[in-house]
Amino acid sequence: MDALAAAAPPLRHGLSGGRILAMLQRQLYLYRRSLIRSLEIVYWPLMDLLVWGFLSVYVATLRGGAGAIAFLLGGMILWDLFFRAQQAISVSFLEDIWTRNLINVFVSPISTAEFLCATMLLGVIKVVVIGALLGALALVFYAFNIFHYGLPLLPFILNLIAAAWGMGIITTALILRFGQGAEALAWAVAFLFQPFSAVFYPVAVLPPAVQRIAWLLPTTHAFEGMRAVLAGRPLPWAHVAWAVVTNAVLFAIAIGVFAWVMRIARDQGLLLRSEGW
Amino acid sequence: MSGVASAFATPAISAEHLTKRFGETVVVDDLSFTVARGEIVGFLGPNGAGKTTTLGMLLGLLNPTRGAVRLLGLPMPEERQRILAHVNFTSPYVSLPGNLTVGENLAVFARLYGVAGARERIARLLERFGLTAMRDRAAGRLSSGEGTRLGLVKALLNDPDVLFLDEPTASLDPDSADRVRQVLREIRTERTMTLFYTSHNMQEVERLSDRILFLHRGRLLADGTPGDVLRRFERDTLERMFLDLAREEESAWTR
Repeated sequence: MDALAAAAPPLRHGLSGGRILAMLQRQLYLYRRSLIRSLEIVYWPLMDLLVWGFLSVYVATLRGGAGAIAFLLGGMILWDLFFRAQQAISVSFLEDIWTRNLINVFVSPISTAEFLCATMLLGVIKVVVIGALLGALALVFYAFNIFHYGLPLLPFILNLIAAAWGMGIITTALILRFGQGAEALAWAVAFLFQPFSAVFYPVAVLPPAVQRIAWLLPTTHAFEGMRAVLAGRPLPWAHVAWAVVTNAVLFAIAIGVFAWVMRIARDQGLLLRSEGW
Repeated sequence: MSGVASAFATPAISAEHLTKRFGETVVVDDLSFTVARGEIVGFLGPNGAGKTTTLGMLLGLLNPTRGAVRLLGLPMPEERQRILAHVNFTSPYVSLPGNLTVGENLAVFARLYGVAGARERIARLLERFGLTAMRDRAAGRLSSGEGTRLGLVKALLNDPDVLFLDEPTASLDPDSADRVRQVLREIRTERTMTLFYTSHNMQEVERLSDRILFLHRGRLLADGTPGDVLRRFERDTLERMFLDLAREEESAWTR
């Protein structure tokens, strides 16, 4: 028996629900404490909904634009879910840098995996809140009932959340590597992928070379699949399968990048420097 | 030897040939020392001596270029999670989220450390450090002295076996600083807790420490009780020794 084991009760190994919950609790306290922060969750999605909603109504009045409301609003709502879930991960990390709390967290027994799990769960909570809100408002303002499409949309929403996790982890790794000066990435990275993800238009409108890039992204398969469901076609399982495969690759890359950056951070003292200690 | 006896025979902290380079700069150079369980050790040195870098390596925030760290008999960083559950740390340069209340911050960290009976423990520690009335106040609205005491409450939440303190009384008025020193002494007598701390208050170090480690340009210059070190370097006070070293450094710069 080693010394620590003799002197102290045994510890649980692997992921600890308590530690994940602790980090999640820390983020939720932030929203409870700040009205502005809480309103921010709904403010931007609401503004997006109004702009895209009225645009959809206008396009629907044009010749051949009958399906515009479903495609544009559906695309906007799912994009917002993806963006907020991605942002939740990197902004949670930034919160600890902004409040000079990162060292307190990293000298606690929390593992990197637990830390990331908490931020991913926060993303899911945001997705549920924003999804319910936008879905309800789209129904009230534009008579567009996204809930009507129900289960067939779920695989695409879940894949978008998974893609958001992957991109959020990579963004967080970049912020850790390049410091607080790179914090704009938390808001910018998702939009780098937006033109290629065919959020508001089919992949077919992209130039052939760009289409090849687009099909490598899980988000593209999710939005193409969404359009098929909204058009009343059967659930496109091929897009579901490709989204899962590309997400698995993205997630593996994200974990690899994060582990690599953590090693650099521990070699170069980036955790200490991030708080000027 | 029984398990428990061997636990107490194992050093709380062991650093072997610890070296840290950043590019061509050697910040910590072949540093070796051990700290026994229950010892209070002052870790001293002028600015730039390598104290923060060493603390970073001991806490697993920084990988050594060479050498090894063991805490409570376990290797860092391989056993990082097991070790850190029994260790804690605070520094006035690291803060708790200012937009959460004192109580919320402590609840979060109590859960992170898996503290049993967290509510009672938090209440006891807040009382001990005179912060009970601040429980519902945002941590960002505390004075710097109150913030330092809150950091100490956080650091004691998990009743650590090894407590790392970076300048624990730096922003406290003399009365508060004395109270903090008193609490640290009491805690040490109540249970076997190892204290490893940095300070620029040499009088405090002389009063509080069982032993001091004096770091100079990344190397261990002195290791012993405050009295031993003063005799060896033929100085009356640690402050005199500190000043002489710092000025020697300054004259080296201006030469």
